[in-house]
Amino acid sequence: MPFSTSRSPSTPANHAAARPAAWAGFLSLALVVLLVPVPTGAASGERTIRIAASSYAYDPGVVSVNPGDRVTIELVAQDVVHGLYLDGYGIQLRADPGQTARLTFTASRPGTFRFRCSETCGPLHPFMIGRLSVGPNLTLLRWAGLGLLASVFGLWILRR
Amino acid sequence: MTRFDLLRSPFLARLLRSRWPRLILSVAALAGFVLAIAAGLAGTPVGSRNFGIIAVWIAWWAALILVAVPIAGRGWCSICPLPLPGEWFQRGGILAPAARRRGLGLRWPRRLRNLWIQNAGFALLAISSTVILTRPAVTGALLLGLIGAATVVSLVFERRAFCKYLCPIGGFVGLYSQVAPVELRVRDAALCAAHREKTCYVGGPGGEGCPWQVFPAGLTRNSSCGLCFECLRTCPYDNIAVNLRPFGADLPRPAGRRLDEAFKSFLMLGSALAYSAVLLGPWGEIKLAAFRVGTPEWAAFAGGFLAATFLALPGAFALHVAAGRLLAGPRGNFRETLASYSQALVPLGLAAWVAFSLSFVFSNLSYLWPVLSDPFGAGWDLFGTAVGAWTPYLGAAVPTLQAGILIGGLAWAAGLASRIGHRLLGDDKRGSRRALLQASPVVGFAFVVTVVQLWLLIG
Repeated sequence: MPFSTSRSPSTPANHAAARPAAWAGFLSLALVVLLVPVPTGAASGERTIRIAASSYAYDPGVVSVNPGDRVTIELVAQDVVHGLYLDGYGIQLRADPGQTARLTFTASRPGTFRFRCSETCGPLHPFMIGRLSVGPNLTLLRWAGLGLLASVFGLWILRR
Repeated sequence: MTRFDLLRSPFLARLLRSRWPRLILSVAALAGFVLAIAAGLAGTPVGSRNFGIIAVWIAWWAALILVAVPIAGRGWCSICPLPLPGEWFQRGGILAPAARRRGLGLRWPRRLRNLWIQNAGFALLAISSTVILTRPAVTGALLLGLIGAATVVSLVFERRAFCKYLCPIGGFVGLYSQVAPVELRVRDAALCAAHREKTCYVGGPGGEGCPWQVFPAGLTRNSSCGLCFECLRTCPYDNIAVNLRPFGADLPRPAGRRLDEAFKSFLMLGSALAYSAVLLGPWGEIKLAAFRVGTPEWAAFAGGFLAATFLALPGAFALHVAAGRLLAGPRGNFRETLASYSQALVPLGLAAWVAFSLSFVFSNLSYLWPVLSDPFGAGWDLFGTAVGAWTPYLGAAVPTLQAGILIGGLAWAAGLASRIGHRLLGDDKRGSRRALLQASPVVGFAFVVTVVQLWLLIG
């Protein structure tokens, strides 16, 4: 027989042999999705953001700046004492009732970070949370892409 | 699948057969809960300064969801203090059971032998959780109420009816215990079938009958077994094994799944998503609505939560299962197919809960050190840690951990859906093709849920 068009049967042994290669392919693609550099061309500058804090919420609760921006946060406590701790940057400020507190920092780390109240302000204090995005949220897109990859990988490879 | 019987180790066999380790851990847990109740009811109303809130909802919750359930399954249930007073009364003894049991010993009503009351109880807690998590007095009253309810049920009904049919925490633990790499099973089911006395179920000289009303030879899933090891003491043939096994070994079982169990998966997954949005999102109005229990805005929140978890999420999932059946060609019963594929939501839901808990726990764990020194917020300083400053832990690492865990849960769910499909439709070439077609929409559903949870937590 010069050649055969039939494929090898789908046996457990074949699957076992294909597994390391599939894992290697998945991990390589995962690294590409997570680490491939994406240019973000926004220009940096000076930004002043006024955030009002009252009733367990920040207003605005979602803030966006560009990477490299020199950011001044003005925190206004409208009812009781409030604080603001920015995850990832480790910076913190506190505003007394009716007062405004200021803090300036350089948004040098791209990504999306939570800021949370650092002064006990009432029962819902642990859940007083806002978001700061430094540049486009590529982290979310990368992880979503990895999720797509993981779905296909799970469906095809992890079934045995 | 490979198993390793831990009882091959004489040390572990002695340890698990003895009633002392479980008693010591249970009494320690009971002491902690009593202190939490006392602090909740009599201590400061400031949650972050009250042992009742921090010890229960930060320390205990972290230990439960991040360690105990994924590793030991229902291990917590074996030392849980909630049913302890009732169980001691029932057995007429603290360490070993007395010859005669006390209480009315009624059988649990046949119509209620399902998880619907447990599901409803968890939903009730979920819609009130913002208050429970933040008001020490409410947490204290809840724990006291649960201990009281467990005790009353033990006086009236036989064995651990409260744990099996009512406890909302037990329902959560039971569902996710299926992923744990530990199981209690019998070594030789034929030996059990031939054993006429069934001492593991009815009790014998070595101990009492299974408190969870399980015949060990019939055990196929961790969710039914409370890991009390009583059967280890009553089996005259040394036929019980405590196995180490691969994670999630219970999950790919397509047949005989009930809708109450499927709805538990929807409820738990929906709750994880809802908690992430309400508690960790930037939307203050939703937090306030969830907090103001009894007001019209809370009613709207509660209605939204119930509609999302009992209607929207199951409805969307059912549509995806129906789409899979259309793609692959319908075969078998739709309800059974739906219930089978709902097992894929178990790793997805557990990942969602772990990811949610990571930010909740690590941003608030530093409150634990002050409350250990001053549990009532009364100005004590027992261990010199009362004035510790609030410090969020692992702030920069948590989002990456959360995302990694969610993606791991998604891959696991996708693999599981595919395995369930193969078990339902066959493993030959044609069956395999149809299984992939049938499972694909379910995997698509899992992907969308994961992206939503990613957006809520790191978006």
